[in-house]
Amino acid sequence: MRVLLQHVAHARSGDKGNTSNISVIAYDPELYPYLKEQLTAERFKAFYSGVVTGAVNRYVIDHLWAMNFVAQGALGGGVSRSLCLDNYGKSLSARVLAFELDIPDDLRSRLRGLSELKN
Amino acid sequence: MKPRIRVGAGSAWWGDRIEPAALNAKQGNLDYLCFETMAEATISAAQVRARRDPTFPGYDTYLDDRMQAVLPACLERGTKIISNQGWINPEGAAQRIVHWLREFGARGVKVAAISGSLITERALELTDTILENGKPTSSLRENLVSAEVYLGAEPIVAALQQGANIVVSGRVADPSIFMAPMMFEFGWDALDHMRLGRGNGIGHLMECGAQVTGGYFADPGFKDVPDPWNFAFPIAEVEPDGNATLSKVAGTGGAINLMTVKEQLLYEVHDPANYITPDVVVDFTTAQLEQAGPDRVRVTNLSGKPRTPTLKVSIGCTEGFIGEDMFFYAGPGALRRAQLAKKILEERFKIVKLQAEEVRIDFLGLNAIHGAMSPQNQPEPYEIAVRVAARCKTREEAVKVGREVDGMAVSGIGMTGKRVPHQDRTREIIGVWSSLVPREKIKPTIQFFES
Repeated sequence: MRVLLQHVAHARSGDKGNTSNISVIAYDPELYPYLKEQLTAERFKAFYSGVVTGAVNRYVIDHLWAMNFVAQGALGGGVSRSLCLDNYGKSLSARVLAFELDIPDDLRSRLRGLSELKN
Repeated sequence: MKPRIRVGAGSAWWGDRIEPAALNAKQGNLDYLCFETMAEATISAAQVRARRDPTFPGYDTYLDDRMQAVLPACLERGTKIISNQGWINPEGAAQRIVHWLREFGARGVKVAAISGSLITERALELTDTILENGKPTSSLRENLVSAEVYLGAEPIVAALQQGANIVVSGRVADPSIFMAPMMFEFGWDALDHMRLGRGNGIGHLMECGAQVTGGYFADPGFKDVPDPWNFAFPIAEVEPDGNATLSKVAGTGGAINLMTVKEQLLYEVHDPANYITPDVVVDFTTAQLEQAGPDRVRVTNLSGKPRTPTLKVSIGCTEGFIGEDMFFYAGPGALRRAQLAKKILEERFKIVKLQAEEVRIDFLGLNAIHGAMSPQNQPEPYEIAVRVAARCKTREEAVKVGREVDGMAVSGIGMTGKRVPHQDRTREIIGVWSSLVPREKIKPTIQFFES
């Protein structure tokens, strides 16, 4: 089944200078391998295109089911220079919740927010 | 040696709530209460303000509120306080704290002020290269407002060793504020990178306060949090080996679970195996997390690597001004009117010859937050705010943004909602750059005051 990432993982963003880091953490260890395989640094950068202007590096901590995406050139020049209303990029992590993933049907019960699930 | 110490958070930034600090002081049974009150630009902003406003004392503007809220309970319990509320005037902050101690009838309480992080005058001779762009730091000479080194835990430990009950500092790396009590109580050596890695890692989990107890977390139906209007700040019960359990005062809202801890573990971290602090390089990738009870998470096996030979320097520079304002549309056709308004502003900025490095006109409700990555072909919202911002070299140029929005009142288009211009619609930009300074060039000083 194809689902939005919001059913598979949670996320938080933080700022340092003009770099945003966005952690993406699976809700369940059974879901994590599918997340790790499909949400590569390249796909992440493409999914944030128009906002992230620099390189994206991905760091993984498998036993915590967690990945950390470090996106350079994501904050309009930095918190104090940015013209974006959300100049810290606190809401940037929400974007990745819309990324689409393929998950085996038999893992449906592991997903979060089932009442929001479209299929 | 104590078998464990209880270290609580009192604030995660300047504007943080004060009740949870008072609650930690009263009910946290704390050995230490730690306050973090700075953002990247806090010191530079304080320098700018001090230049213009001679009455500004140069320390946390909420120092009085915070100290009044926590001092009585801390004095009663014997809780020591570690705080970076000194900003650009740690001595002044210490003297003000002494004032409050006397008000509360406490005599003989020692308050230490730690200075030495401010290196504005020496910054260009002590540093070489701007980390962000590789240019020489001397290129910042004209606009430099302030430069400060991120100090580590060592001067705080020294103050505690000399009998301080309260330590107030200028810029100290956030996790170090929380680790200093661990080093002092457990006798950790400043070069013991395994223990310091653990202690700094725990400090990192604590320094954003409620962000590990359920704040910046809730998402209804996905990540539900009980009573999110009543968060507590975290408490770390730390053992001599640096392993710790995170908890909070019972009966409060929020949650401490594996999800809140993992999110905070990676917050503002780049390479999680190499998180550079003044004291140690933390490795978060070895962490073991375990739900040890309701709202209790045990954090073990964090690790560390030897500290770097340099300390980070933050250099604040004046870089111009941002002008910003907004106005509103609603009802059928809100979007078409907003689009015409955008066109009018673009033409007006040409007519008044706005000199700007960047101009941004957003439709709040459609694309103001996620900008160019917002989905196309969204349904038209019922309400839209047109929000315009421009970054300019001078205030005179930035003022034009608000003045052109003023013009939208009677010279704009139909059914434009607008605020009365009751506030300053320009703000100064203090850009922050980073560099490195050799560790041995920085000599913090400690001054003691007594109530």
